[in-house]
Amino acid sequence: MDLYIPLFVAVPLGGAFLSAIIGHFLKRFGRIFTSVILAFLTGLSLFLIFTVREPLVLKVGGWELLGKIPIAIYMVIDGLSIYMLLIINLIGFLSAFYSISYMKKFTAENNYYTLFCIMTAGMNGVVISGDIFNIYVFMEMAAISSYALVAFGIEKEELEASFKYQVLGGMSSLFILLGIGLLYWSTSTLNIADVSRIIFSNGKSELIIFAQVILLAGFGLKAAMIPFHAWLPDAHSSAPSPISSMLSGVLIKAIGAYVILRLFFNMFAITYDVSLVITIIGTLSMVTGVLLAIGQWDIKRLLAYHSISQMGYVILGVGIGMLVLAKNGDRSVATLSIAGGLFHLFNHAVFKGLLFLNAGAVEYETGIRDMKKLGGLSEKMPVTASTSLSASMSISGIPPFNGFFSKLIIIIAAIQAGYYVLSILAVFVSIITLASFLKVQRFTFFNKKSSGLESSGISVREVPFTMCFSMIFLAVLCIVLSLMIIPSVREIILTPAVDVLVNAGKYSATVLGY
Amino acid sequence: MKGMTVIVKKVTELMCGVIFLYGIYIIIHGHLTPGGGFAGGVIIAGSFILLILSFGSDFLALKKEETGSSLIESSAILTFLIIAVLGMIIGGTGVFFKNFLPGGTIGKLISAGVIPLYNIAIGMEVAAAILTIFLALLIYKDEVLK
Repeated sequence: MDLYIPLFVAVPLGGAFLSAIIGHFLKRFGRIFTSVILAFLTGLSLFLIFTVREPLVLKVGGWELLGKIPIAIYMVIDGLSIYMLLIINLIGFLSAFYSISYMKKFTAENNYYTLFCIMTAGMNGVVISGDIFNIYVFMEMAAISSYALVAFGIEKEELEASFKYQVLGGMSSLFILLGIGLLYWSTSTLNIADVSRIIFSNGKSELIIFAQVILLAGFGLKAAMIPFHAWLPDAHSSAPSPISSMLSGVLIKAIGAYVILRLFFNMFAITYDVSLVITIIGTLSMVTGVLLAIGQWDIKRLLAYHSISQMGYVILGVGIGMLVLAKNGDRSVATLSIAGGLFHLFNHAVFKGLLFLNAGAVEYETGIRDMKKLGGLSEKMPVTASTSLSASMSISGIPPFNGFFSKLIIIIAAIQAGYYVLSILAVFVSIITLASFLKVQRFTFFNKKSSGLESSGISVREVPFTMCFSMIFLAVLCIVLSLMIIPSVREIILTPAVDVLVNAGKYSATVLGY
Repeated sequence: MKGMTVIVKKVTELMCGVIFLYGIYIIIHGHLTPGGGFAGGVIIAGSFILLILSFGSDFLALKKEETGSSLIESSAILTFLIIAVLGMIIGGTGVFFKNFLPGGTIGKLISAGVIPLYNIAIGMEVAAAILTIFLALLIYKDEVLK
């Protein structure tokens, strides 16, 4: 079983450079090959979800423990890793498949697919790495290729957005590297499990608390939590649409939220102070993000601001769980809350990915992103309109869709934990979300009278097959994922991931083996 | 870009072969002495860049050169990856990055298993990548700014 772990990095990297080489001779190679390898990885992560019960540990290079010192680089797959791998590769596959038609109008398609594969490899690497410095390396791989992908259109706006993203991304990398350096200084190891063991046995020093603050700032920048969010609306709205859906749907989760969860649950001991900070950041993101979003008229910018808000829900859910665990409260409440957060993470990947693909389809046919100039597209683009409707209902929490259930779980957990204000805020944000998506629906797909498209002479029809396929697939997932509240389904997919976080102290022992 | 004077051209002609050989020396002694793939790769790229700077780029088909160097770059990384994955197959234990070749005597040129192979792949990759960046800047200056 250990054999499968490196494949998540090796296959997309091999695919990236194969399509760079063969793409010089066969123009269509990268286009198809990327989808094929991402479909393969999706299948592999599904297979692992159903078979892996105990965490898999691979020591790179075969170096065994030297006494009690882990000298090898560890690659670890546990419940949370598999859960993230499934999200990354599934959304990656659908975005790549969507790109087949969408990217035809761009030059240098091969470079696009090469960068796409490197970005996926980087995110997979972050998720399976059990070593904090390797997390940094893989994170830079994903981040740097995403800088290039944001600037892919090479227009003025894209370059500006990419530059802003690079400056802030560079800042965050600096913070993270400094934090890792401080940790290495005080614990003299980089292995997450070993760091955690040493912190537990030595107790906390000021240095560790400082490293925690720095790491929270660094990964908070990558996850675009609210005081650090300035780069996100520009970067996510000017990238090509499949990339926007990868960035918003997966990247901020894999290299931001996931690492925050992994480090602050499994590496550092959970303390009340840090959990309070994380909960406050989550609440701030949730409320401020949606208030910034509702006034936007650029459709992709509106979606980008909603990413901040929805990630706030995820962090809020997990933060409440952390608070309960830190106060030694009821573990079942903590479990419920963290499950809600992680469930919302998957749901957000699906519906935000879909909404960006919809925005891309509208832009592909009309070339317009301003909602004031759009209107009446529902008759001409039925697939786009109906899938977008289901995603909008899902993000605003209308009952049969997945977003409703995850928000409900978070709200119930907040009430059970006694944080009534937070639960009221969560409901309030959900209502404003509904309002802003009603705005999207009305001005983009309905509202035929004010449509200026007819007079400007743009002929609109439904988008090509590959784009439709990805959108329909995600729209179906929006409903199918609500099945995750059924206990037997939840136990396979969600519960292992939640267990890793709730039984945070067990990680070190299971990975190191002593 | 125009070339420089006869003096510069002659000195470069004499020097760049030596620099190139020194880069190769650094790469293949990577497991024995300081330096290795990255340092040697930079030196090799430096010898090419020196030639282009002194003789000028007017005689070069820049696009074609850039395609070539980026092809070499990609295949070098692919070689690296293939050696890493071969460790999973040949080692028999399914370990990524397994050192599957015999270690040899410490201090000899041919020793340390697969590490010299990794060094050579990295050297090729770094040399080709730096040359590609340099050529891309030249192409930008020659074609886009005009």
